[in-house]
Amino acid sequence: MEFKEKFVEKILLLIAFSSITILALIAFFIFGEGIPLIWKIGPKSFLLGERWVPSQGSFGILPMIVGSFWVTFGALLLGIPLGLACAIFLCEWTPPSIGMILRSAIQVLAGIPSVIYGFWGLVVLVPLVRNFLGGPGLSILSGSLVLSIMILPTIISISEDSLKALPPSYKAGSLALGATHWQTIWRVLIPAARSGIVASIILGMGRALGETMAMIMILGNAVKMPSSFLDSARTLTTNIGIEMGYASGEHRQALFATGVILFFIIMILNSLAIILSRRRVS
Amino acid sequence: MKIRQTRYLTQMVAKILIWIAAFFTMAVMALIIFQVLSEGLPVLSPGFFLETPRSMGREGGILSPIIGTIALTVVAIIVATPLGIGTAIFLWEYTREGRISRIIRFGIGCLAGVPSIIFGLFGFVFFVIYLNMGWSILSGGLALAAMILPTVICTTEEALKAIPYSFREVSYSLGGTKWQTVTRAVLPNALPGIFTGIILGICRSIEETAVVILTAGSSLIIPTSLFSPVRTMSVHFYILAREGISMEMAYGTGATLIILVLLVNTIANWLLNRYIRHRA
Repeated sequence: MEFKEKFVEKILLLIAFSSITILALIAFFIFGEGIPLIWKIGPKSFLLGERWVPSQGSFGILPMIVGSFWVTFGALLLGIPLGLACAIFLCEWTPPSIGMILRSAIQVLAGIPSVIYGFWGLVVLVPLVRNFLGGPGLSILSGSLVLSIMILPTIISISEDSLKALPPSYKAGSLALGATHWQTIWRVLIPAARSGIVASIILGMGRALGETMAMIMILGNAVKMPSSFLDSARTLTTNIGIEMGYASGEHRQALFATGVILFFIIMILNSLAIILSRRRVS
Repeated sequence: MKIRQTRYLTQMVAKILIWIAAFFTMAVMALIIFQVLSEGLPVLSPGFFLETPRSMGREGGILSPIIGTIALTVVAIIVATPLGIGTAIFLWEYTREGRISRIIRFGIGCLAGVPSIIFGLFGFVFFVIYLNMGWSILSGGLALAAMILPTVICTTEEALKAIPYSFREVSYSLGGTKWQTVTRAVLPNALPGIFTGIILGICRSIEETAVVILTAGSSLIIPTSLFSPVRTMSVHFYILAREGISMEMAYGTGATLIILVLLVNTIANWLLNRYIRHRA
């Protein structure tokens, strides 16, 4: 019996390390494929090169990095106020019935497959942008709009949790001093829940940077430096998603190298979010 | 008096803006669902579900993508469930918050944020090439399992947290060992919560496209073994829509996907509500 207990505990410990093992394997294999190429052509010309012509062996991913950040920035511009407003609505101002509808709407949004978002963007938003604002329609603007909806569930659920975790005395104290409900929310509750809200934004940013299929369908995928929100663009993820199907040799290594850069950016964002949400707990 | 009025005016404006934001979110959700269902529902018929796609998906049904989706999801769940439940039990029942649990939690948090295309790249180079499984149900299922693991762990841990400590005390006082306590007193009561985690994992596997397209291929032939390549409904939808093969079939597949995801979500919610009410 004693032996069995010890044995079970060891097995569970082993299982518990599965996530870390997977993470290590991911890093090992993607770096193994990608790093040699980055060294070969030099990190500087890989990261800052503006030409991506795999057939001629020139691999510069600056347009993709810039594209990724434009799209993500656009998504956050709309996603943050919308998400924060919904979170406030859910924990401060909601009549229970509407709150429940909004909550299930958010769950449904989280459950809609990303290809369907992409398709919806393609058949609804892209023509709208093309007709009213000009340009090809397949653009950063359309992509950002769709992404801002896709990251809403992440932003809303985590900000809501951090608002709900505040001690009730904060609100009671502020109201007792004569502040209005809105002043309480804006000057007391939101600043107090700051680190959780920032964590939710960072995780939303990670989701936006990582989205692939929807962006392939909406962004138009041109490899050039974007100069306006109506330009077509390519992101780090879509670069991998489009070309992985037929790439081989050095070209494929270059796609893995793109993955290495993406992995780095996401790991930095994740670590930041985790550290911030820990501070909230303690 | 002036100041008083301004701050109530600000509050009014803020309130209106927040209501607009809430309704906007609900409206967008409704618009997306309506768009796909209104065009897609008329395409659905028994034949659509029971026939294999013909001429690249222009005609016929979606039988083989349905089978592909089920096969991949089953593999992913079979692999991810024991790992997820084991991790959650270890974290909540077997260890205090300390260095080890912090490291493990950090790993889970990072894994949860890894974009699906990275899981796809990893699955491709590790399962498909390095382990020589080829584009297959097994490669795709294993890559999906890695992706849904954090979801299963977090939901299971929440379920364990909801079990009152007295359950464990009673078991110990009767002379139960730790493992007996976990398997006989804690797990049976946490089962509905654990199911919710598994269902959410199923949901994510059904939706996923990027991972599947890189690890399971996109064959339209009905699979015969774990090593057959398959196409899931999401991948089928993506290929039909992006390559403009058939909008009609794309809408049909999209509607099926949405109905499936809504159904699975509703079951998860129902379980969760029942479970919470049961606890309270």
